Amino acid sequence: MTAQTTHNTAEERPAASGDTLLAADSLVKHFPIHKGFLRRTVGQVKAVDGVSFEIRRGETVGLVGESGCGKSTVARMVTRLIEPTSGSITFGGADLVGMPRSELKDFRRKIQMVFQDPFSSLNPRMRIVDSLGEPLVAHGLSKGQSKVDRVCELLELVGLSAKDRNKYPHQFSGGQAQRIGIARALATDPDLIVCDEAVSSLDVSVQAQVLNLLRRLQGELGLSYLFIAHDLNVVRYISDRVYVMYLGRMVERGAAEGIMAEPQHPYTEALIGAIATPSGEGEERRIRAVANGAVPSPSNPPSGCHFHTRCPFVMDRCRSEVPPLYELSEGRASACFLREKEAVS
Amino acid sequence: MDDTRDPLIAVDDVHVTFKTMAGEVEALTGVSFDIHPNETVAVVGESGSGKSVTALAIMGLLDGGGVSGGRIVSGGRNLAAMSEKQLRGVRGSEIAMIFQDPMTCLDPLYTVGNQVVEAIRLHHKVSKKEATQQAIELLAQVGIPDPEKRIRSYPHQLSGGQRQRVMIALALACKPRLLIADEPTTALDVTVEAQILQLLRDLQKEYEMSILLVTHDMGVVAEMADRVVVFYAGQVVEQGRVDQVLRDPRHPYTTALFEGIPTPHTDRSEPLTAIPGAVPSLRELPSGCRFNPRCRLAFDKCTSGAVPLFALPDGRQSRCWLAETDDASRSVSEPLAAEVAQ
Repeated sequence: MTAQTTHNTAEERPAASGDTLLAADSLVKHFPIHKGFLRRTVGQVKAVDGVSFEIRRGETVGLVGESGCGKSTVARMVTRLIEPTSGSITFGGADLVGMPRSELKDFRRKIQMVFQDPFSSLNPRMRIVDSLGEPLVAHGLSKGQSKVDRVCELLELVGLSAKDRNKYPHQFSGGQAQRIGIARALATDPDLIVCDEAVSSLDVSVQAQVLNLLRRLQGELGLSYLFIAHDLNVVRYISDRVYVMYLGRMVERGAAEGIMAEPQHPYTEALIGAIATPSGEGEERRIRAVANGAVPSPSNPPSGCHFHTRCPFVMDRCRSEVPPLYELSEGRASACFLREKEAVS
Repeated sequence: MDDTRDPLIAVDDVHVTFKTMAGEVEALTGVSFDIHPNETVAVVGESGSGKSVTALAIMGLLDGGGVSGGRIVSGGRNLAAMSEKQLRGVRGSEIAMIFQDPMTCLDPLYTVGNQVVEAIRLHHKVSKKEATQQAIELLAQVGIPDPEKRIRSYPHQLSGGQRQRVMIALALACKPRLLIADEPTTALDVTVEAQILQLLRDLQKEYEMSILLVTHDMGVVAEMADRVVVFYAGQVVEQGRVDQVLRDPRHPYTTALFEGIPTPHTDRSEPLTAIPGAVPSLRELPSGCRFNPRCRLAFDKCTSGAVPLFALPDGRQSRCWLAETDDASRSVSEPLAAEVAQ
């Protein structure tokens, strides 16, 4: 990932204010594979293999890719739930990687997470007021009556009633429980919320409500989102910019609408071609383009371009050389040799 | 749809009641629809709408409850009244089912080959050797590479897509006439989903079977189904040919369901049109139309008395008072007389 630069060009995104909130540079996470009685390390799963990206203030960045491509590993590194093998994560001018735990605590407040299954991320034996109050107490933000007041405020912010605070998680529907998950993420007044498949387990009618809620909160509180999902239409709707990952590497980046309308990498094209879409007015029933095979194992990825085993445009070169992320015009970037000639620098 | 043919399966006014600690809960209330030979019928709805219960009722797999009313007719027999022993003859050989999560449906302690061979030998009197040969052919047919080798693999050694292919091979082992697929691709990645759906389409032609597809994904419905049955809170609220229902839904719930799904053409600057509220609990159903508290178009009539399923032209049905008169602004050309309340 040599060609990707972290400096931002102003014309790339007019909606966001432009200053970088979080910048990840050459992030790497290798998980060792242990085998045998002595638990010797016999190999490495290269879950994330040199990934760089940035998130600006007030911006929603989408991260897409198939399962096993490293999306969730990126999320966990950003929230510092796991330590990167190498690389840096700059947030508010400080590098989070290798920061001592005591200092890290202040930053944890600023980066929060919303998970896929709201019920498994809420303690079933805790009242909502305690679940939502816990981060407030843990970070020393408030306690006692002021904690309860803040919980009521949070519940109303996400469209629930202050009276719900004494209920238990099982008394809520899936959509309401996810609202509570969002309220808990908001409790510490964060700058960045990482949404890891946050709407994927919700029913369609509820999914739209939660997406609208996330948008409204972004407008009101100036939040940034790292939005990880496999539903490309949802990602296109909610994101300003989108990064596409494949087997631990970034293969494409660009504005959300642009990437969906004109993908610049064969993998993105395959992903978009694979979405089933309820056809609109008078459209013919669309039979999807079928990409061959499945994602290869990240413990033994193909040589050269990771996608070459499934790519319809594969060339000899792709099997041996790793394509850099070529910078294209308008903030687009693609890690495909086919785009080499269009690279701007 | 050619309604003159006898349906393969006729679900007729089926009620399903579960007995729970807190009393009885009616999960299905008078569900009726037909599945014709070679047809793909999609059952769509949100969680708790009764779509999976319908699939399980047809398979006779309902646990802790059962069909408390109505009939499920296939070949002149009522499956809902059959004994477990009789049902065993139907399951697998006439009706087979594949599930959402193939990992939990395959036995982790047996090889894939063992499991397919077992399924074949349960229904056909063949030698082990012959069954193994058939199993290899089946696995090849569902697109498993190297079936001779793969037959010795355990489920955990296969990818999610391959496991789903093995499930399909198991289901096809006895050439069923109806394949029930309950969210068959929900746990899979999009590129793999596309492959599995393509496989199901190919196999449907080859085996001349019907498919009952249970899903919440409208994209999958658009791609696969001939007809679609929309469920809401244990009732059928709309059914019809898939192109008609997708283009011109006749129930406000179906309309709202489509509006809330982002598509490649959704305006990103506007909020999505969401349905307010949540699916009601089956214990606390609203009076009148079950969708009325969330419906944009609800009027006084909607809150009192059950809404019948109105029969509309072209074999469509809608459980909405607005469909009763086949409102002229919504109707294209069909005469008003064609409706008969069910």
